[in-house]
Amino acid sequence: MALGLIFPTAGEVDVLGEPVFPGQRPRDRALRRVGALIEEPGFWTHMSGRRNLEYFARTAGPADDRRARLGRVDEVLRTVGLGEAGGKRVKAYSQGMRQRLGIALALLGSPSVLVLDEPTNGLDPQGMREVRTLLRRLADDGVTVFVSSHLLTEVEAMCDRVGVLARGRLVAEGPPGELRSSGNLLRVDVDDRPAAERVLLGMEGVEMDGSGTVALRLRLAPPATAASVNAALVGAGIAVSALIPEHESLEDVFVSLVEGEETPR
Amino acid sequence: MFRVEVARAFRRPRTYVLGALLAGVAILPSIVLATSSGESGGPPFFDQLRNNGLFGGLAAVALIVPFFLPLGAGLLSGESVASEASAGTLRYLLVRPVGRVRLVLQKYAAVMTLLALAVLWVAFAGLVAGGIAFGYGRFPTLSGDRISAVAALVRILGAVVYVAIGVAGLSAIGVFFSTLTESGVGAAIATVSLAIVSEILDGLSSLHAIHPYLLTHQWLAFADLFRSPIAWDAMRQGILLQACYVVVFLVAALAVFTRKDVTS
Repeated sequence: MALGLIFPTAGEVDVLGEPVFPGQRPRDRALRRVGALIEEPGFWTHMSGRRNLEYFARTAGPADDRRARLGRVDEVLRTVGLGEAGGKRVKAYSQGMRQRLGIALALLGSPSVLVLDEPTNGLDPQGMREVRTLLRRLADDGVTVFVSSHLLTEVEAMCDRVGVLARGRLVAEGPPGELRSSGNLLRVDVDDRPAAERVLLGMEGVEMDGSGTVALRLRLAPPATAASVNAALVGAGIAVSALIPEHESLEDVFVSLVEGEETPR
Repeated sequence: MFRVEVARAFRRPRTYVLGALLAGVAILPSIVLATSSGESGGPPFFDQLRNNGLFGGLAAVALIVPFFLPLGAGLLSGESVASEASAGTLRYLLVRPVGRVRLVLQKYAAVMTLLALAVLWVAFAGLVAGGIAFGYGRFPTLSGDRISAVAALVRILGAVVYVAIGVAGLSAIGVFFSTLTESGVGAAIATVSLAIVSEILDGLSSLHAIHPYLLTHQWLAFADLFRSPIAWDAMRQGILLQACYVVVFLVAALAVFTRKDVTS
């Protein structure tokens, strides 16, 4: 919708301070400064990667914009690591190569805003890292990179700000560090889990947060600390083999937010 | 967009395969007549061909009008927008950004250009084959007198233009169908079917009341270019009819496409 592909039933969309839907039709002033990769890349597979980019560059826009894009074809191909493969037909590309060509296309217009949907889709671990590094570098250069992804570890590794959508509504937004609750998580490995649970239930500031066969996950708040938990367990004759402080992952945050949203009201 | 579209067609192997096939059809009349004798009783302009190679171009064009041309028009126009949707390139064109009105109109312009080039190519191949087989000479019109070979060539060019205009309406319908679906083949088949239906209806004399409104009705009216003087009535009607179809269906295509959510 922000890209003018689908129409809002109500409300307005501004991108870079320009309305995307003034009147009836989406307008291109803002879009010219936006690069996008939406779900899957789309190319004419009987042509080479380079030629695809050239065609997109030539296809519309003012002459200087077209020229600028044409001049950047080789550069963006190199940026995504397709400098060598640019001359091959897209038909012969792997999914990862197509994905990278899609990112190259998104970069072609030196965008101020980059909208990427699942940018590391189909990439091998090394490719994912390369894309992450690339996006980080673009962001450091002042490009706003907007990523939507289900890979929360990736989001956590890459993003400055995170928004969580549930049922079409933004239920949380902020830096990943802030979204994760400040409460400390502690993993405790014990020999007798039921006994340990009984002990811990009585402690102030300790909250059970699910458990495995030997491991307990605790959420601690003052006055409870890892040390006091340990002392209480040992005092009750329970052997503690490990005390591991843990961070709440973005996935935990996401699941709790979305679940909260989806329980019937 | 327009130039990119046409250039893209010329990068596709299939364009050349189809071009070769069309050339094959175009030289067919000359080959058939050069290797046989007696009246052929064939399609328009066949029998005159033996006397003058200039008829080769006309015979070739007359040969593709009923079938190959609507097929080509249906294929190109039906694919125009839908194939971009199914290849996933449509949304990248729109985000590029290419305006939606511009996209539809330039696609249509590209389709028409390619079709006109195809007709021109067929006429050219037919002329060359006819010339080789039978040589050129002063050209007998259908009314009996003769015009110079150069004047005949100009009229043949006119016939090419008229034949191309003849599929303008069908192509507009194809582009319209193409905005409705993601299946280029589906839109193409629908378009070609429409041409076939129109040709069938045109052949039923009991339906003569609706004949003037049929898409295909005046397709062969270009023969009137070869009377002296040229009889413009049928062609004028044909062009007007096509113009109506073009306006109606391009407006429909724009109405659909400028409001459409593009999700693929």
